[in-house]
Amino acid sequence: MSVDSDIVGAVHAKVRHDSARGHVTGEARYIDDMPMLPGTLEVVLVTSPHPHAGIVSIDVSAARSADGVRAVMSADDIPGVNDVGPVFEDEPVLAAGFVDYVGAPVVAIAADSYDQARNAAALVTVEYDVRPAVLEIEQALEQELYTYPPQFMTIGEPEAAIAKASHRIDGEVRCGGQDHFYLEGHIAMAIPHDNGDLDVYSSTQHPSEVQHGVAHVLGVPTNAVTVEVRRMGGAFGGKESQATIFAAIAAVLADRCGQPVKIRLRRDDDMIMTGKRHDFLFRYDVGFDDDGRIEGVDILMAMRSGNVADLSPGVLARALCHADNCYYLPNARLRGYPCKTNTVSNTAFRGFGGPQGMLVIETVIEHIARTLGRSVDEVRAVNYYGAEDRNVTPYQQRVKDNIIVALVDRLRSEIDFDGMLQAVDSFNASHETLKKGIAMMPVKFGVSFNTPKLNQAGALVHVYTDGSVHLNHGGTEMGQGLFTKVAQVVASVFEIDLDNIKISSTRTDKVPNTSATAASSGSDLNGMAAFNATNTIKARMAEVAASHFETSVDAIEFRQNRVYAGNESLSFADLAQLTWDERVSLSATGYYSTPGLHWDAKSLIGNPFYYFAYGAAVSQVVIDTLTGESRVLRTDILQDCGNSLNPAIDLGQIEGAFIQGQGWLTSEELVWDESGRLLTHGPSTYKIPGSRDVPREFNVHILEDAPNREPTIFRSKAVGEPPLMLALSVWLAIRDAVSRVVDHRHMPHLDAPATPEAILMAVDDIRRRDSQTTTAAKV
Amino acid sequence: MAAISFTLNGELRQESSVSPTMTALDFLRENAGLTGTKEGCAEGDCGACTIVMVRNGADRLEAVMACLLVVGQLDGAQVVTVEGLTERGGELESVQQAIVTQDGTQCGFCTPGFVMALYALRHSGETVTDEVIHDALAGNLCRCTGYRSIVDAARTACSVSGKDNINSRDDSNTLPASDAYEAGGQLYFAPKTIDALIARRVEYPDAPLLSGGTDLGLLFSKERQKFPVTIYTQNVDELRRIEEDDTSFTIGAAATYTEALPYIEAEYASFGVLIRRIGSRQIRNVGTIGGNIGNASPIGDTPPCLIALDSVLTLRGPNGAREISLEDFFLDYRKTDLAKDEIIENVRVPKLGNGQIFRTYKISKRYDQDISSVIGAFRLTLENGVVTAARIAFGGMAAVPKRAIGCEAALTGAVWSEDAVRQAAAAIEEDFSPIDDHRASAAYRLRVAANLFVRLYRDLEGADDVEVMAL
Repeated sequence: MSVDSDIVGAVHAKVRHDSARGHVTGEARYIDDMPMLPGTLEVVLVTSPHPHAGIVSIDVSAARSADGVRAVMSADDIPGVNDVGPVFEDEPVLAAGFVDYVGAPVVAIAADSYDQARNAAALVTVEYDVRPAVLEIEQALEQELYTYPPQFMTIGEPEAAIAKASHRIDGEVRCGGQDHFYLEGHIAMAIPHDNGDLDVYSSTQHPSEVQHGVAHVLGVPTNAVTVEVRRMGGAFGGKESQATIFAAIAAVLADRCGQPVKIRLRRDDDMIMTGKRHDFLFRYDVGFDDDGRIEGVDILMAMRSGNVADLSPGVLARALCHADNCYYLPNARLRGYPCKTNTVSNTAFRGFGGPQGMLVIETVIEHIARTLGRSVDEVRAVNYYGAEDRNVTPYQQRVKDNIIVALVDRLRSEIDFDGMLQAVDSFNASHETLKKGIAMMPVKFGVSFNTPKLNQAGALVHVYTDGSVHLNHGGTEMGQGLFTKVAQVVASVFEIDLDNIKISSTRTDKVPNTSATAASSGSDLNGMAAFNATNTIKARMAEVAASHFETSVDAIEFRQNRVYAGNESLSFADLAQLTWDERVSLSATGYYSTPGLHWDAKSLIGNPFYYFAYGAAVSQVVIDTLTGESRVLRTDILQDCGNSLNPAIDLGQIEGAFIQGQGWLTSEELVWDESGRLLTHGPSTYKIPGSRDVPREFNVHILEDAPNREPTIFRSKAVGEPPLMLALSVWLAIRDAVSRVVDHRHMPHLDAPATPEAILMAVDDIRRRDSQTTTAAKV
Repeated sequence: MAAISFTLNGELRQESSVSPTMTALDFLRENAGLTGTKEGCAEGDCGACTIVMVRNGADRLEAVMACLLVVGQLDGAQVVTVEGLTERGGELESVQQAIVTQDGTQCGFCTPGFVMALYALRHSGETVTDEVIHDALAGNLCRCTGYRSIVDAARTACSVSGKDNINSRDDSNTLPASDAYEAGGQLYFAPKTIDALIARRVEYPDAPLLSGGTDLGLLFSKERQKFPVTIYTQNVDELRRIEEDDTSFTIGAAATYTEALPYIEAEYASFGVLIRRIGSRQIRNVGTIGGNIGNASPIGDTPPCLIALDSVLTLRGPNGAREISLEDFFLDYRKTDLAKDEIIENVRVPKLGNGQIFRTYKISKRYDQDISSVIGAFRLTLENGVVTAARIAFGGMAAVPKRAIGCEAALTGAVWSEDAVRQAAAAIEEDFSPIDDHRASAAYRLRVAANLFVRLYRDLEGADDVEVMAL
């Protein structure tokens, strides 16, 4: 693997996103921008207004005869299996017999125009028999209602260790969910062929699952359905499993009408009808020594799974696998409860449980620090995983690539962390109503899908006789720059300039049986598959070149758009032509599966991660103790990307993930009413960060000279998710600011998101507790 | 009846069969085939549909949200979409190039909106500071980049003010604005005089009055309503006038926030800051203070300020004009004293007299482009250290924007001191019984409203860094 290269657009170069020009000119096409074929129908769904009800009757007669209506469909009209569950068969496309969340699709209407479909939808009468609903995590926990069995991870003797520790504390904290708020909502378009086959354009991270789902729902073999996605307008996990249901509805209607059908969810429908990041309730019980070293811990992690399992099993497993973060937990019992509630099923969201797992352990660390009167970072320091010992995770994987201590030290010294602490102290001493807070957040994130079988990928590479290259692989482009990175890999292997590589849409008929582009694994898996495909062709071309130059294959070198044998050379294009002339194939597939992974989903023991990505951030905030408003003043980040495949793209991933995480932890609040209806279903009520919310000073650096110790694609590391968790530094800094109101004498009671209201209530609460203890002390 | 005429990327369009209340966004994407402009929310809050417009007679190039504009409002305008900036395959406009250079795109769906918002900024003639950039981008949401790269692009591309090439492309500023249009059974009136407007109002008392449309537009955009008759007010010059005399400003009901802002911020600085937090530039370029009053929302941003400033409305109907104090105009939740044959003509806002001080504070989950949880507006008269008069109004605390009578009474006559302010704050609970909703709980609203008195005291005492945004 040569990494020094003089070609344009090699790996490790700061190459721009391949679609950047199309993005700024508006020419980059999303599904809704595709020219509509004549006769394309549009779909509107009739959805449940109740969180839990039986369906007594459905009357669609008026809708059926409404203007422009071509088809009206309910569960009975589904030709195949009425299910799109990605893990379990528990997720109907259209409600059958009952509804179990507000927004559940009951009837689908296809009409000549959206407005006609919408008008017809208003004419559908569904009679419901309203049943009691479970809307809160606690309710489900008390009634033991789960979407699948609770999961327990145990190492050592937690009960005994907690009991005999010199200190023991317990507590409770919770974090909210998060809407993905991709700018492009869910959309799919199905185009029927004359033989009954279907082409489906879907904004999905998982074309294969859409393909399987559509085939399953239609009752046709998989090969009758082709799914294509060129790009998504953002996804963030929200289009990993959630796209299938809409594609399936479009497909069934297209199949039935013999016309193209498009379904596009408007923003409110998208937010109401599709899953989000799981909100969690945590309870912890921890024993530790005088230095704050954790001896035993018991953590309850109750997630809102929603009405069905969807991807909750994976999310919960990852949450359990990240409740250690960077800390050695010799004795731990981690209990995960996937609570079944009558709310929309929650789903994948960047981090996939990792952020939630880390949030609770960081709370525990902070609680220990406040209890002992030590700094949070002192407590962190005694708990970090060791290099040679103290390095086994609660799921019994050994952490072999630990660089967190060095990384944190480097960040702290580069930013003069101690000086910052003093500045915060002196600011707070001289300000009555505004209080600053500061916090560091270390991150260790496991890379690979927790489920080993998903860690595989395929690629397809063609070289044409003019030397131009066509690249296809199973990964999807959602803005993260995957297509650019994989193209860089191909360019580097062939040693030809990047502009020779044609990036193409992800299609299930080119590369089959793919995994979702998720778990930060896109470039690790697809980059390696493309690497393998390219090398296959390169080896064939080298043979042809060797024979042409009458030398051995070992003497052939691909360099700077040419192929050399000593002093003689051919252009890459000429060699391509020659290869064809010699009747040697210029097309190859490539395949990759991550080595060394295993996972026992019952015992929650194994080696689920190929490696870990590390990072650390320090954030400074200020809060207003009169109003609870907050602002992030400064954030410094140092992120491990291994040998970054593309530092420009990785920088964007780090910054974007951080701000997204900051939104989850501060301004993004999902509010439901007592009838299970989401009240915050558009940007007017659900507030993601805007440009002014970015830390006023935002310094982001990629750790240099840090090759992945595992042989990943050019020794790079995944970057999609890990930096999101660095945003916990903002939440922790806000907690620090609240705690500083009483000079760190108490632990703040502040959940996530730390909205102005939550912060003000936490300030009032900590003052109240402080005055009580001060009064008590005086008495 | 006449067609709706406007230029689109320099080409004249005359539409005679399009629904007048079709949104400009739908028109661009579906009728004109210009799919660079995206729908992200259809409620004016994400900015993906940002386009630029020069309205009839104006010399200013303004960013607007295409999702909340209707086709009727385009009449007489020059409209530029992202497709109008660059020839296919040609050299990128400098804002576009800067975004590319700074790696300011990821998924790219929000990008055309950012391009257009920055294109408008680049042509605004403003000195570009970070503050101005955030102001110009407050209406644009990006979920991928984290904004740093886009803000950097703005710094480089917008620091050099671009040549306004819109007017040089054509001279359609002189396009006649028609005053009546009909298509598909929908009538759209755009009268040019106040008398003509009132005549239409009398003729069609149930027709909505469309001004900027930043609230009403939701009915077209999201609710897909097709009113049989719509009456547009912003072509009435008299309604867009802003007049200033020694004692007051008279702001025409159809004047936009953007037009009113310079007058307001010069006289009441904190009211100016508040206006900059209403919606976004795209919203303020078309939205009006008259509309903010007329829709009578309990969480409208300007009414508490205008009430505290003792503003007076002029309402006009077929029998002439009448004046009413703004606080008396709001009767109940979304109910006003406006008769079915009346329009709001203007609002008269008194200037500050001797010893008068005005402050307003808005609290919301997000600083920019958010609807307030609570707004407090305070006009105090201080003479020799004594509060001789106090008018205090709050938004978000009741079904209507409302004065805090008890707080006012507690403060009036008191010696200006933190004690006096805290006593006034204590009266909040008697003045208001707010509700819980998704923006804030009642308890929080009460607590913050009371605390705003403390902020006011510290602010007037000249304390450093009164708000987090000062840091």
